[in-house]
Amino acid sequence: MQDQTELRRKALKALEKKAAYGDDFELKNYQVTSEHMSNYDSLEEIDDETKQTLLNVGVIPSGKERSGTLIMTDNSISHSSLSEDSVELTSTRKARDKYKWFDDYFWKLVPVDKDKYTAKSYLENADGYFIRAPANTKTSMPVQTCLMLGSKNISQTVHNIVIVEENAQLDIITGCATKKGVEKAIHLGISEMYIKKGATLNFTMIHNWSEQIDVRPRTVVHVEEGGTFINNYISLKPVKSIQTYPTVKLEGKGAFARLNTVAVAHPGSELDLGSKVLFNSPETKAELISRTITTGGKVIARGEMIGNAINSKGHLECHGLVLNDEGVQRAIPILEANVQDIELSHEAAVGKIAKEQVEYLMARGLTEEQAVGMIIRGFLDVGIKGLPPELEADINDTIKKIGESSI
Amino acid sequence: MLELENLSIEVGGKQILTNINLSVESGYTNVLFGPNGAGKSALLMSIMGFSGYKITNGKIYFKGEDITDLPLNERAERGLGIMGQRPPNMVGVKLKDLLEITAEECIDLDELVEELNMSSFLERDINVGFSGGEIKRSELLQLAAQAPSFYLLDEPESGVDLVNISQIGMMINKLLHGDIKCAGRRRKEGNSGLVITHTGQILDYIEADKGYILCNGQIMCSGNPRDLLNEIKTKGYQECVTCKIRQS
Ligand SMILES: Nc1ncnc2c1ncn2[C@@H]1O[C@H](COP(=O)(O)OP(=O)(O)OP(=O)(O)O)[C@@H](O)[C@H]1O
Ligand SMILES: [Mg+2]
Repeated sequence: MQDQTELRRKALKALEKKAAYGDDFELKNYQVTSEHMSNYDSLEEIDDETKQTLLNVGVIPSGKERSGTLIMTDNSISHSSLSEDSVELTSTRKARDKYKWFDDYFWKLVPVDKDKYTAKSYLENADGYFIRAPANTKTSMPVQTCLMLGSKNISQTVHNIVIVEENAQLDIITGCATKKGVEKAIHLGISEMYIKKGATLNFTMIHNWSEQIDVRPRTVVHVEEGGTFINNYISLKPVKSIQTYPTVKLEGKGAFARLNTVAVAHPGSELDLGSKVLFNSPETKAELISRTITTGGKVIARGEMIGNAINSKGHLECHGLVLNDEGVQRAIPILEANVQDIELSHEAAVGKIAKEQVEYLMARGLTEEQAVGMIIRGFLDVGIKGLPPELEADINDTIKKIGESSI
Repeated sequence: MLELENLSIEVGGKQILTNINLSVESGYTNVLFGPNGAGKSALLMSIMGFSGYKITNGKIYFKGEDITDLPLNERAERGLGIMGQRPPNMVGVKLKDLLEITAEECIDLDELVEELNMSSFLERDINVGFSGGEIKRSELLQLAAQAPSFYLLDEPESGVDLVNISQIGMMINKLLHGDIKCAGRRRKEGNSGLVITHTGQILDYIEADKGYILCNGQIMCSGNPRDLLNEIKTKGYQECVTCKIRQS
């Protein structure tokens, strides 16, 4: 436990430490207690408006076709249930009480003193979801979680831990949402994910915050030998700002990671979306794919690959569309090779939709709106599977609106 | 059906076509010959309405209507369709998805796909990584699904292997001359077309009515397409220029 005293000391020291990127926030201007409690013993108790909010971030309110559901509103867990016993789903605090070994996974990847947000999350003793797939198990359906902002001016601090034991396979869908009427708020989220030997984690996160919400996630993923991490990050709706830079450490031979980022910066939004892969073991592989659109906001797409071990291979693809003169796209690819036998490459392009593509479709009879919509849909389609049809429909609707507004 | 009147075109600030007068009567298939760089593709692209081809003078009439300033999709709506020489890579746009939107109701898409051997391409992004011959088949499939009444075909046979040539040739013949499946579209005259060819191979499959030779951005002469082709084969295009000078 002395470990915790040390962490506490570090956190206290970092309370004023600004983050490396993004606008800075005075956290004491936010409150931590909810206006009212949201507790759902059963998913049926959820009101219709909240149900729709959940659906729009890929969370199925009935819990059907999901092996478990956890909902966190502001700073407390509103619901947690399981329909399959091949996976474990509980709150981070409960898991901490339950397992002696818990501290082996607690603040082991994300440094508490990275910045004021990690420090705050530590000192608040942030709760969150704890998901563990036991060795050699495979859940037939994804686990779903929702992180919801439910009170005005709240600062939500979340600490999630995911452990995929050896040769297990796990799918997670996390939706981030804001309840109607919540204007200004901030979300701070710590996620530490452990993918053991031969295990696979397929993680999809869908954001639907709102115009005045600031978001500062801090994520580190540790992948062991032969492990696979697939990450889909989708943010197509308005948000004030997101600044994130998830880091994947490939720590065992043959470990693999693919991170897909699909995002739209609406007017007034600033999306600073990075991802970083450390190739720390031989024969590791990674692909970072970023497809972003600005309709007036600012996108900073950072992609970073650091090659520290031989026979590793990485490719980084950063494509940004500018659909409005007010919009900004900045792509910052970084490749670093620290050994000789390594292959890292990148491909970055920002600009408007190619006119010849739009006209090609128009020559087939599509209107300009239809043509642009079709190209945008294709641009954003990185083959993410398992989204509920309601979300697919909502995504299509968003794309349609983006297409229309760009003409 | 299609009438070009004193048409002049600029591409990238450069005059490419000058005072083109050309017409295709309803039910006719006319052929455009000419050396590389003559401006044949530019002419087809301008007729379709691509914005890179700026009309600096003249008019385009289609079915009696002035379409010079119409956007591409409205030309398509009126029955124009193009099989381009160098279509762009449509990253993210699957062939199937486009066909589903553009195919006319009366079209049996499955049958068309089968006929052109394109089933394995439906899930692929249009033109991305397609071979030369595959692009031609994909263009033709899209065009057939669209079922236009006027076909602008830019070197439909070039780069196509001998087996596929007959497939493509027969399909084009069917599209131009009959066996039109869409009720109400079946005009007594059949459809019309303007076809670019270098080798004339496509003429083994379709009945061409009239030929034009385009050289240095100008129509040099017109006549029976087979006669013109023979002239070109024996004398080359240099003769056209000299002939034109003699005429004037
Ligand atoms: N964007 C451009 N800028 C400058 N010149 C161009 C541009 N596009 C086309 N051209 C020129 O216009 C001329 C006509 O081109 P076009 O493609 O119409 O020729 P073509 O007759 O179809 O030739 P080919 O038989 O080789 O297909 C060529 O000299 C070409 O280089
Ligand atoms: Mg050409």
